Amino acid sequence: MKGLPWLPESASSISGEVDAVFFFIVAVTVLFTVGISLAILFFAIRYRRRAPGEVPPDTHGSVLLELAWTLVPLGLVALMFVWGSMVYFHMNRPPDDAMTVNVVAKRWMWKFQHPTGQREINELHVPVGRAVKVVLTSEDVIHSFFVPAFRIKKDVVPGRYNVAWFRATRPGSYHLFCAEYCGTEHARMGGRIVVMEPEQYETWLAGGPAPESPVAVGEKLFTELNCITCHRPDSAGRGPLLTGLFGRRVTLAGGETVVADEAYIRESIVNPAAKVVAGYQPVMPTFMGQVSEEQLLALVAYIKSLQVPAEGAPAPAPASQS
Amino acid sequence: MNTDVMPPMTTPQSPPPAFPADSYLSAGWSLRSWLLTKDHKRIAILYLLSISAMFVLGAVYAAIIRWNLLVPDGSHMSADAYNKTFTAHGVIMVFFFLIPSIPAVFGNFLIPIMIGARDLAFPRINLLSWYLYVIGAGFTLYALFTGGLDTGWTFYTPYSTVFAQSNVELAAIGIFIAGFSSILTGLNFIVTIHKMRAPGLTWFRLPLFVWAHYATALIQVLGTPVIAITIVLVALERIFHFGFFDPNRGGDPILFQHLFWFYSHPAVYIMILPSMGVISEVISTFSRKRVFGYSFVAMSSLAIAAIGFLVWAHHMFVTGMAVYSAMVFSALTYLVAIPSAIKTFNWTATLYKGSISWDTPMIYVFCFLGLFLIGGLTGLFLGNLGTDVHLTDTYFVVAHFHYIMVGGAIMGYLGALHFWWPKMFGVRYPEAWGRLSAVLVFVGFNLTFFPQFLLGYMGMPRRYHVYPDEFQVLNVLSSAGATVLGFAYLFPAFYLLFSLLKRQPAGDNPWGATGLEWRTSSPPPTENFHEMPVVSGEPYDYSKLGKEAVLV
Amino acid sequence: MSEAVVASSAPAQTRHHAALQHHFVDLQQQQEAASLGMWVFIAQEILFFGGLFAAYAIYRHAYPEAFALGSHHLNRTIGTANTLVLIGSSLTMALAVHAAATGRRQAIVGFLLATVLLGGVFLGVKYFEYAEKIAPCLGDQEHAGCLVPGANFDPHAVHAEGAAGQQAQIFFSLYFGMTGLHALHMIVGIPIILTIAAMAWRGRFTPEYHTPVEMVGLYWHFVDIIWIFLFPLLYLVTGQ
Repeated sequence: MKGLPWLPESASSISGEVDAVFFFIVAVTVLFTVGISLAILFFAIRYRRRAPGEVPPDTHGSVLLELAWTLVPLGLVALMFVWGSMVYFHMNRPPDDAMTVNVVAKRWMWKFQHPTGQREINELHVPVGRAVKVVLTSEDVIHSFFVPAFRIKKDVVPGRYNVAWFRATRPGSYHLFCAEYCGTEHARMGGRIVVMEPEQYETWLAGGPAPESPVAVGEKLFTELNCITCHRPDSAGRGPLLTGLFGRRVTLAGGETVVADEAYIRESIVNPAAKVVAGYQPVMPTFMGQVSEEQLLALVAYIKSLQVPAEGAPAPAPASQS
Repeated sequence: MNTDVMPPMTTPQSPPPAFPADSYLSAGWSLRSWLLTKDHKRIAILYLLSISAMFVLGAVYAAIIRWNLLVPDGSHMSADAYNKTFTAHGVIMVFFFLIPSIPAVFGNFLIPIMIGARDLAFPRINLLSWYLYVIGAGFTLYALFTGGLDTGWTFYTPYSTVFAQSNVELAAIGIFIAGFSSILTGLNFIVTIHKMRAPGLTWFRLPLFVWAHYATALIQVLGTPVIAITIVLVALERIFHFGFFDPNRGGDPILFQHLFWFYSHPAVYIMILPSMGVISEVISTFSRKRVFGYSFVAMSSLAIAAIGFLVWAHHMFVTGMAVYSAMVFSALTYLVAIPSAIKTFNWTATLYKGSISWDTPMIYVFCFLGLFLIGGLTGLFLGNLGTDVHLTDTYFVVAHFHYIMVGGAIMGYLGALHFWWPKMFGVRYPEAWGRLSAVLVFVGFNLTFFPQFLLGYMGMPRRYHVYPDEFQVLNVLSSAGATVLGFAYLFPAFYLLFSLLKRQPAGDNPWGATGLEWRTSSPPPTENFHEMPVVSGEPYDYSKLGKEAVLV
Repeated sequence: MSEAVVASSAPAQTRHHAALQHHFVDLQQQQEAASLGMWVFIAQEILFFGGLFAAYAIYRHAYPEAFALGSHHLNRTIGTANTLVLIGSSLTMALAVHAAATGRRQAIVGFLLATVLLGGVFLGVKYFEYAEKIAPCLGDQEHAGCLVPGANFDPHAVHAEGAAGQQAQIFFSLYFGMTGLHALHMIVGIPIILTIAAMAWRGRFTPEYHTPVEMVGLYWHFVDIIWIFLFPLLYLVTGQ
């Protein structure tokens, strides 16, 4: 739906769902506003004082009315709650086939990195129709990643990852705003999401020097930082095996289980004592302060890429031997 | 003591109203008698003066904001100056106007009289509350004027603790001190209402104004300490680098938001509940009817106070919290809307078959009902998980809370000011000017803030010094409305002050209202009543109007 | 529920007592108001400390090892002794209130002074605990062993592996924050107790009227109870 006057453009797979809830609530709001306002106006005029000493007949309450105007609104808000929650669930479940774009916010710019390695500042090119998952973190204060045309927003918090996703439905160029006050140039910390037809996107990717993918950067770091010393691929090391880790459920020393997602991997690098895997000693040193947020994203991308091979095939050698 | 109910002013047989021989105003003219007073009525007037001054200052900052937003390129002022301006506007209006406003002025003045007592339980602590307010304001104003504060009134971490270069500690001290002013006022009200009601005045005979302030006082006492300690933590982190909220030291910036909003959400109920209490008093007086569903309205106040403590994280739906947690807070947020709806329906039903008089306080009630309706209903968008993601941190939120704070709380404040002005000062104000100003406020207000709903839905974020060109038309409309609103606020300042000079006596009960405050002179004597009342009837009993009084 | 007292039924001496404030109907109303007021004040104090307890709970859940290590660096013997001293001061305070209720003027003063003395001992011990912690952090040289959070904090002093050292800073932030706030409440309380003791010395209290003694007793017991929660949470954390 192209922007009607005073309506934002609708350019993602979820914006229609959000607008549907929005207009349902508008309808309820208008109904009650107009209804009650008219009632008040009508009563105020119809029962206007006619004579100075006039005293109207005494009224008593009505439990029936109280029940009615308690339960009807309750029913309506319950409906709103259920519907909104369903949309919220959908917003928080990125599809499995989503491409991951790493996003690092800092005062006052947005740094993007595509899975193929291309970097962008303040502008993000994406193909139409493809699910895009943005992994968000900040180098300094809290920011917020807001694309009105997609109806998505997620705070970008230092020290953790937040995730949002979208599937753009129409080519075009859409506002990206920072939506959490972050200091002097907060209002200028904007950008654009540029949605292209798939062929154009491929052309765009190919243009420019061949960049290093986050996976390749992460693999190099994995060796440079000596992660490989303990996290050996043959599971004889002091650290847990990382192959096939991503997305799996892990049992921790205290007995509880947790899903190994991006946030878990990042935390394990900067705060290894927080979630120690069952059966292992808490001896991993912290790398907090030794790796930048972008390097952390690269390590996460690399570890994600360590998949268990299909049955029968030998374990693939790492992309580059060093 | 005059036990006859004064018939309405236009009845020819009634004697013309006159000033009482002695009143709390004439009991001493020195500065010392005011600055060291223990009389709750004088303390209320002290608050009226200081709160009005802070309101004017906050309004000036608002005018600067709207002036800047006339143009999209921010050319009217630097980004830094703008950020300090909206922070100042928020800090002053929230902590130094809205939170104290009705309780500190009208609660202080009226609660002892409404319950038939001579004063609040702790008069000296009441005076201490005022001094704490003034000292807190002093620190904060000093912070704002010498360098300013640029964190937003919400001072989120780690910006406020690690990055901000402005006067965070000074402002924090000011707000901390003002917080204790609020706590002590609440403590005073709770004890007074529990222990000092006149003989025969049971809980369910209390005016709804008192119920509203009781609920408010509970929030003040239980909620404010949490922001006080949060401020202490922020100060410790800034000064000593303790690291509670700094991820580089193992801290969690989101923890700050939880602690902050645990108070700041109930705080908005501190701001609106007293106003609702005013509405109940005024609507029944000018309909000559008891409030429909009295006990439901009373219980709704308590329900709002209680449930209001459980919804704070609806300000945090996009911080990355767990989906199930968000659902709990969304559900509770919808639940807290229901008691407000119950009140609105009951007020509307109060008008049915009433005898409605369109005096100025009643015009403000109509304004309140319409604007609070819109403000409250737009809260439904923000409590909804699906729509809040898009709307939070945009101008939709700004519009929503201004509809409640200005359209709700300030309409109640102005209504109270006009309703009880004759009681507090013994004089009448010009009705025609009053009604005109109320209408102008209503028009100016809607023009200012309704466009902001549209701006928010279109995607304009808040706290923006510059904005994309396509948002300009709505911003200009909003600024035009703000100009009308600003002028509309000036009129009451003039004609109310003028009424003090013209000194046209109002008499004990110019509105023909029920309630113990209308059974004593205007202005009341220092000890409130020459003869302490004993209550035997129900509240809002207009059937006896013109006949015998409610009193024994 | 009808709490309002019809004035005329109260005995004459409570309607004209020297200590009766004129806005109250009688002494009983005044005393009930004072008592409710103090309980409401204590309620808000609980919320005030509550924010710190909430932060403690959240961070202890997040960093159990760091908390155990940090707690290990607090002296349990001194902490236990100080706890007993404070409980002792609550005992002397309760005895003071009892003395006031039974009209024994010298006993009131004696027990109140004993309370102040024990409170002073507690604060003195705390002073030495703090001084010992702060000493390595002062001066310009290397701050080995500094456990005060901030720029000079020394993670190695906690003998922790990896991130736990850094996280122990949060533990010590809470240690200084919570015990500091508690100590502040004691420092405010002591002059108040001395004032009440002076009033008692001048014979202002009778069995019918000794509300100020009761009120300061409530406050002091509250301060004691806060410590009884603080002590195990800060001093007795063991790693497992």
